[in-house]
Amino acid sequence: MESILFNIFAVLAVLSALLVVVNPLSRSPVTSAMFLVTTMISISGLFVLLNAYFLAAVQILVYAGAVMVLFLFVIMLLDVQETARRKLRIVSLVMGFVAVGALFGVYKSSVEATYEDVEAVDEVVVGSTEALARGLFSKDNGFILPFEIVSILLLVAMIGAILLSKKELR
Amino acid sequence: MPEFITELLTNHPWLIVAIKVLGVFAVVMPMVAYSVVAERRISAFIQDRVGPNRVGIPFTNIKLLGLGQPLADGLKSFLKEDFTPGHVKRIYYWMAPAVSMTPSFIVFAVIPFGSMLGMQKMVIADLNVGILFTFGIVSLGVYGIVLAGYSANSKYPFLGGIRSSAQMISYEIAMGMSVVPVFMLAADPAWRDGLTSDWKAYLEGTGLLNLSSVVAYQSDSLFSWLIFKQPIAFWIFLISIFAETNRLPFDLPESETELVSGYNTEYSSMRFALFFMGEYAAMIAGSALMVVLFCGGWTLPFGEYFNTPAQGLVQGIIHILVFIGKIAVFLGLMIWVRWMLPRFRYDQLMNIGWKRFLPVSLANIILTAIVLWAAA
Repeated sequence: MESILFNIFAVLAVLSALLVVVNPLSRSPVTSAMFLVTTMISISGLFVLLNAYFLAAVQILVYAGAVMVLFLFVIMLLDVQETARRKLRIVSLVMGFVAVGALFGVYKSSVEATYEDVEAVDEVVVGSTEALARGLFSKDNGFILPFEIVSILLLVAMIGAILLSKKELR
Repeated sequence: MPEFITELLTNHPWLIVAIKVLGVFAVVMPMVAYSVVAERRISAFIQDRVGPNRVGIPFTNIKLLGLGQPLADGLKSFLKEDFTPGHVKRIYYWMAPAVSMTPSFIVFAVIPFGSMLGMQKMVIADLNVGILFTFGIVSLGVYGIVLAGYSANSKYPFLGGIRSSAQMISYEIAMGMSVVPVFMLAADPAWRDGLTSDWKAYLEGTGLLNLSSVVAYQSDSLFSWLIFKQPIAFWIFLISIFAETNRLPFDLPESETELVSGYNTEYSSMRFALFFMGEYAAMIAGSALMVVLFCGGWTLPFGEYFNTPAQGLVQGIIHILVFIGKIAVFLGLMIWVRWMLPRFRYDQLMNIGWKRFLPVSLANIILTAIVLWAAA
């Protein structure tokens, strides 16, 4: 049962991710955004299969529910026109493959680095929100410092966005 | 129960879930239909009109105070011409009504609408992250409206779609922040030790963000209802629900005076009715959330019969009826408010969301944290 569901969600995620960038039927930005939403939802389904319910819910809440709605909002507000079908440029194709290859390399090495610990992970602990919170926020061996640094980074980005969007500063 | 049924259900647990889903659907759909009738009758009462009081049982003279009205409405929606204007973007135009209706129904999956019936907990999916799931699904509700506005390819629906996406995102944040104090109180592991053994058995294995756990927290007495412990949170949540369901005083996505009918202008017949049903299902889901989070869920503070998990069938059914009754009160409130208050201006709407509710709900979180810290 779980493997069937995994296959469904995985195929859906990859297929709709492909359709975001290379959709043969439509080049409308709204269609791309909608396929990105299906990708997000399929990924959240994969999280559920991994017993990571918190991540699954947050994935839908933040990405599918908020970020993508903002994307759609901006696309509709700026009235981005359907871009004309362009010829594939060889340079951009090569650059794209290099970027994907590099990302895959990083991913592969990080998976290999953590692979030995996988069997030690307790299934129940992974799923629970409390365990996640303890891992993030506990003072001794948690990720509290990186968490706070990321928060400050986001705050700075937010202030920067407000600053840039103001026409003149008073 | 006959033995073969028991055997079937133990061998195929998904059948129980399917029965629960059908049961919830069979209750929610008539509630949707009759909240439309209630809306029309109450609006008529407020405006000193008669309202729909004629339709009773078909082909007879029995009028039943107009309670046959949903039948007539449904028939009318099905028989009208299903017209697709030539200028629409077809795929999205066909998708939008379904996309706008489904999220409101999915929310019911995690809502504990009763205690026990037989050996079964009366909740379809007893998720540990119940509240986050609800917010996630509610946040998907905006797509139906945005797609309807986009696909219609004409000005008024488009404006409605744009308005709705901005409005729903703004109020989701205030809504999410307003329930944080609720879970700061209800997700404290300490209070669970004081529960009776019935409750402990009922909550066995559930996490602290679970919605049944919030109900248990409020089961003690009337003043343990979170509406009294967290009045600010309740107030913000209530008003955010109005905004999320696009109800007056926040119905800017479909404001008739400016946008004809907003995002659903280009729709006719059953597709229009789907938007309509989606709105009322969202109202019911929102009311159910308010009942669970702030008004004690299916419990009543009148002794053990009402505020501990049911032992028998009758008690279980009474708990479900109590829950439906509480929802009906909130539905009545939402309908009443719609016909009493004028619509906000758009800048007022944004100001309330971002400059009032967000800071107040953040302050409420800090205040609750200080009180909890002082008490500890």
